[in-house]
Amino acid sequence: MAAPEVHHLFHHPIADHSFSADKQTLAVARDTSVELYGRTGNGFKLKDELKGHDKLVTSVDIAPNSGRIVTCSQDRNALVWEPSPTGYKPTLVLLRINRAATFVRWSPSEMKFAVGSGARVIAICYFEEENDWWVSKHIKKPIRSTITTVAWHPNSVLLAAGSTDAHARVFSSFIKGVDSRPDPGVWGERLPFNTVCGEYLNNSAGWVHAVSFSPSGDALAFASHDSSITVVYPNGADQPPRAVLSINTQLLPFMSLIWNGESEIIAAGYDCEAFRFQGNESGWQLTGSLESKGRAGPEREESAFNMFKQMDLKGKTKDDTKLTTVHQNTISTIRVYEGSGGAVRKFSTTGVDGRIVIWNA
Amino acid sequence: MRSQSRFKSKTRKRRKTRNKYFEIEEGGRLNPLARYVARVCLDPTKTLIEHTTTTTAAGSLHTHIDKMSQSLRPYLQCVRSSLTSALCLSNFASQTSERHNVPEIEAQTSPEVLLNPLTVARNENERVLIEPSINSVRISIKIKQADEIENILVHKFTRFLTQRAEAFFILRRKPIKGYDISFLITNFHTEEMLKHKLVDFIIQFMEEVDKEISEMKLFLNARARFVAESFLTPFD
Repeated sequence: MAAPEVHHLFHHPIADHSFSADKQTLAVARDTSVELYGRTGNGFKLKDELKGHDKLVTSVDIAPNSGRIVTCSQDRNALVWEPSPTGYKPTLVLLRINRAATFVRWSPSEMKFAVGSGARVIAICYFEEENDWWVSKHIKKPIRSTITTVAWHPNSVLLAAGSTDAHARVFSSFIKGVDSRPDPGVWGERLPFNTVCGEYLNNSAGWVHAVSFSPSGDALAFASHDSSITVVYPNGADQPPRAVLSINTQLLPFMSLIWNGESEIIAAGYDCEAFRFQGNESGWQLTGSLESKGRAGPEREESAFNMFKQMDLKGKTKDDTKLTTVHQNTISTIRVYEGSGGAVRKFSTTGVDGRIVIWNA
Repeated sequence: MRSQSRFKSKTRKRRKTRNKYFEIEEGGRLNPLARYVARVCLDPTKTLIEHTTTTTAAGSLHTHIDKMSQSLRPYLQCVRSSLTSALCLSNFASQTSERHNVPEIEAQTSPEVLLNPLTVARNENERVLIEPSINSVRISIKIKQADEIENILVHKFTRFLTQRAEAFFILRRKPIKGYDISFLITNFHTEEMLKHKLVDFIIQFMEEVDKEISEMKLFLNARARFVAESFLTPFD
């Protein structure tokens, strides 16, 4: 397995990141702005800075086809940045929320995006031609706490959301005039707006940090704060799911996860490294870390000079400030970098340590 | 007669401790506390007050040290692993007040983002309270206090630290009721500092503080003796 590609952008947490479709532009949420990096040879170079928010930017997403960037922030706003010859132009979205916006993702159709918020609503935003505005409709119903994460179903109608009330839910975000009627599937037949297609809780009821649909959209995985991952296989409307499988681990909680095909999940979080899970409807298990632990082999013999120098400078002989993992702090986002038909060839991770790492799956 | 027997017993005890001390030294490594206690009891210039204060510790020196390493290590290990899992923090804006981002464990406004508090106790006098939440953890430590002198010393020591809380970043200005010192670690601290080093710091603090207090107590006793002696000299 080839070594991962590591770029250390800055010493500041990266809340979220997103690559453009051609992988030449990288958008990174840093504090109150979004930085755009361009690929130059082996590295990334700062190209542009999107300044428009006045509080921490919590999430950023680039639409692969239109190239529009959507950002949201703890200042309660979301902005859509349109590419133009003179740079990116922001448009404010009418979110109508009064708490922090926590998470934003474009739907696969790129006609809508979903914004999770601390106001216990999910705003489904779409462009209204007659008013020339991005307007929103709210999913309110059973949500009882902050939405931490959302994920779209491939049909652009169903939306999964995780929340600090420990539930992962699947909603319908069908908007007349924007969406075409979806085919009936395992999540239900009739799907008017705000239909709750599924509501799942795991045994110890930890906050949900990440949700994701499988590439086919017929299974849902979510990671929660009890260090577990739960995979749900639904069984049509108004019926109990075919299987709800929880994988408990001895690791620290996972912050983000992606599917690799229908039988593999890659998750990463507070352990600062990515882990692989494999399984199917009859059972899932943790198969191991994606990092080769070659570096943690026998320790190099240090010269006596070095040892005394260390003792003199730091009062100790061994420097234990560096972790053995590539990321030196929590991984907050994991995204597919390159893949086809649901199978992931490469994925990218960013975290609190300001690094972006591109891995081979 | 009575006093003589008491004196005898004391010398016997003292000899015993010496032997024990040498046993440890022959064994190779000597832990810092043992070294300290040994230094006190072997020094012939140290006189009565110190001697009596140390005999309790030194009289059971060997067993005491063994017991300490046996019960201290699992205690600290337990605190360490509890802290490591409690320090999984993320940036979380307030749900109750607009445009605010406050430590949820202090605000206590949304019960669903608080986790169950955890007490790790070594005995009734030494315990640690860990209160985790989604974006902050509060750690309160009760330092061992065997008598009134230690009570006063701990109070003075923690006051000295809390008055300099700005320079300490994670120190809380006021301890939680029933505890001597409290730390408040937020997601901003775990973002700019290394998590395992923060844990190391708390553990090291717990290790050192007992040592510090007992050292101060010995120093205080020595000083009291010296003052008493010089005060009583004219009446000889």
